[in-house]
Amino acid sequence: MAELTREEQEAVAIGDYKYGFHDDIEAVFQTRRGLDEAVVREISAHKNEPEWMTAFRVKSYQHFLKRPLPQWGADLGTIDFDNIYYYLKPVEQQAKTWDDLPPGMRETWDKLGIPEAEKKYLAGVGAQYESEVVYHNLQEDLAKQGVVFLDMDSALREHEDLVRQYFGTIIPYNDNKFAALNSAVWSGGSFIYVPPGVKVELPLQAYFRINAENMGQFERTLIIVDKDAYVHYVEGCTAPIYSTDSLHSAVVEIHVAEGGRCRYTTIQNWSTNVYNLVTKRAVAERHATMEWVDGNLGSQITMKYPAVILNGEGAHGEVLSIAFAGKGQHQDAGGKITHAAPNTSSVITSKSISKDGGRSSYRGLLQVNEGAVGSKSKVVCDALIIDEDSRTDTYPYINIDENDVEIGHEATVSKIGDEQLFYLMSRGLSEEEASAMIVSGFVEPITKELPLEYAVELNRLIQLQMEGSVG
Amino acid sequence: MHDLIIRNLHASIDGAEILKGVDLELSKGEVHAIMGPNGSGKSTLAHVLMGHPAYEVTEGEVIFQGEQVLELEPDERARLGLFLAFQYPSSIPGVTVANFLRLAVNAQRRGPDGEDNPVRIPEFRSMLQENMDALKIDRSMTSRYLNDGFSGGEKKRMEMLQMAMLRPQIAILDETDSGLDIDALRIVSDGVNRLVGPEMGALVITHYSRLLKYIQPHHIHVLVDGRIVRSAGPELADELEREGYAPYGVQEAAV
Repeated sequence: MAELTREEQEAVAIGDYKYGFHDDIEAVFQTRRGLDEAVVREISAHKNEPEWMTAFRVKSYQHFLKRPLPQWGADLGTIDFDNIYYYLKPVEQQAKTWDDLPPGMRETWDKLGIPEAEKKYLAGVGAQYESEVVYHNLQEDLAKQGVVFLDMDSALREHEDLVRQYFGTIIPYNDNKFAALNSAVWSGGSFIYVPPGVKVELPLQAYFRINAENMGQFERTLIIVDKDAYVHYVEGCTAPIYSTDSLHSAVVEIHVAEGGRCRYTTIQNWSTNVYNLVTKRAVAERHATMEWVDGNLGSQITMKYPAVILNGEGAHGEVLSIAFAGKGQHQDAGGKITHAAPNTSSVITSKSISKDGGRSSYRGLLQVNEGAVGSKSKVVCDALIIDEDSRTDTYPYINIDENDVEIGHEATVSKIGDEQLFYLMSRGLSEEEASAMIVSGFVEPITKELPLEYAVELNRLIQLQMEGSVG
Repeated sequence: MHDLIIRNLHASIDGAEILKGVDLELSKGEVHAIMGPNGSGKSTLAHVLMGHPAYEVTEGEVIFQGEQVLELEPDERARLGLFLAFQYPSSIPGVTVANFLRLAVNAQRRGPDGEDNPVRIPEFRSMLQENMDALKIDRSMTSRYLNDGFSGGEKKRMEMLQMAMLRPQIAILDETDSGLDIDALRIVSDGVNRLVGPEMGALVITHYSRLLKYIQPHHIHVLVDGRIVRSAGPELADELEREGYAPYGVQEAAV
């Protein structure tokens, strides 16, 4: 298939997807197209990594080769691993101010609204472009309190012991094929450490931007929330529209110590040529709380099931997930909770919307281990189908190895009712506005959990997805 | 020229003809009541006027503000100034009353070429509070989800609040076949009486003459089997109360 012309790309971007533009930034370093052990070693050498990390990468690559593609979920057989660039470094050095970035790249961040958001309501920002974090900043008072917020590569240099203690322990390199791939070629991502008792009031945000064609982005994030500490981390992501595929495959590991709380919010809005295959898992210790708020709007295929292992007594885990599958999209999303200690509790709330032939699947696992007495869990998945061509499926797996537990599961599938539409239209709303209103109401239980700015953004993205869907 | 003109209106649903030639003229400042037994087509008339997609108009015309409305979508009719108070309003979970009303008011304020002219928030708020006070609606209602878990009386109030906020020129009230209690009758009649005048006319559709003790109609029309079989002044209500629909060949009381 021929590449779209610039005009065509912009037309597409203006119509449906606002972030489909790209910059003409020349990489300062990149590995060749495709992947072998030499490429893996080259990435590690270029980053001057310690030997244990090089060994970890190579071991992971070997596992990636052996490991078959998953035989469930979305069809991944179309990924051409040989056609991807696995490492692409856009600038020599990370910038301390936005003005230090090359003008074209600076413009991209402005268009995405990141510098403005940083000024208004964020405590820290990391901005990743291709394989590297090109801008990073944390409010000074947080740094003084001992909060560490760095890109993963810098963290490996500056806090090697802490990284080594946790890296690959929550999601082992051989967890699945894409975790293995990430472990082999990871670059960028965030590292956060919040010291005991410190509560980071404003969110920390990372933004992931793919710019080049056939790019593979493999960020690696590790968050450690110490005793009684709190952090809210938010990530957003977009990419240009190309006629060929890009791959985003992240690994996110989180450890929440006793009494701590971590909330991790994602608003994923990749262009529809991106495969988004991400492994996210958190461990919550005694009375700790882990919350995943996961919004999947973009991408061609997403497979992502944020997980919480409730490892200490009284720990609480939540997954709030929204998936919107439009034309040509398959959102296979959900959540996994493991109750591994007594009196733990969890809630999974999943809302999916399918339209224009899109397909959304809820896939969830609820595991209660023997001995996790007094555990409580509630799983609610609601699907909304906008038109006849679209599809939704629910795959709720529940394994209970303990008797003394309380488990609830509810699932609903609904359509936008003709009577609802007529009612709203009789008040002057167009059919599109009426549908969008019904959809935004449908996802409201999740958007109300978001800080205002993100709730507004999510609602706006849903409105955009709804535009042109009816009539 | 009347604000709303219905001529020889025929409409069917799933191939069955329900309206078999309805004629009616209505202007601002007037209240017309349409009464009729069950299944006579009263509710169908309300839905067809507002443009419900399930009904097919097979003949006739409806002219509102000089425009042929049968080709228009419900939202276009609403923006011309037509309003339907539903007997069974849908609930919209997750959408607050305040948010819904603001978007509906903004939709009404849109210019002829679709250009936005959103209401300023303070103006909206005072308009909303004034109307809620007049209709004795608790302020906390604005943060509830539209009609979601509302009682019958709350739904009635919400319909009247929407009517007050949207300021239609002609309001159609579909009260057909309902067992309205006295409270509900008061809510509806207060809401209508407040607004009927030089700016608004109303078409009140009802099975029971009771409602007409609270809303004084200028004209009463009797709809039987899809046709208006009699039109007269307010005195017709008393006759219907006494005799029911028997004079029209239907053994059904009207009280």
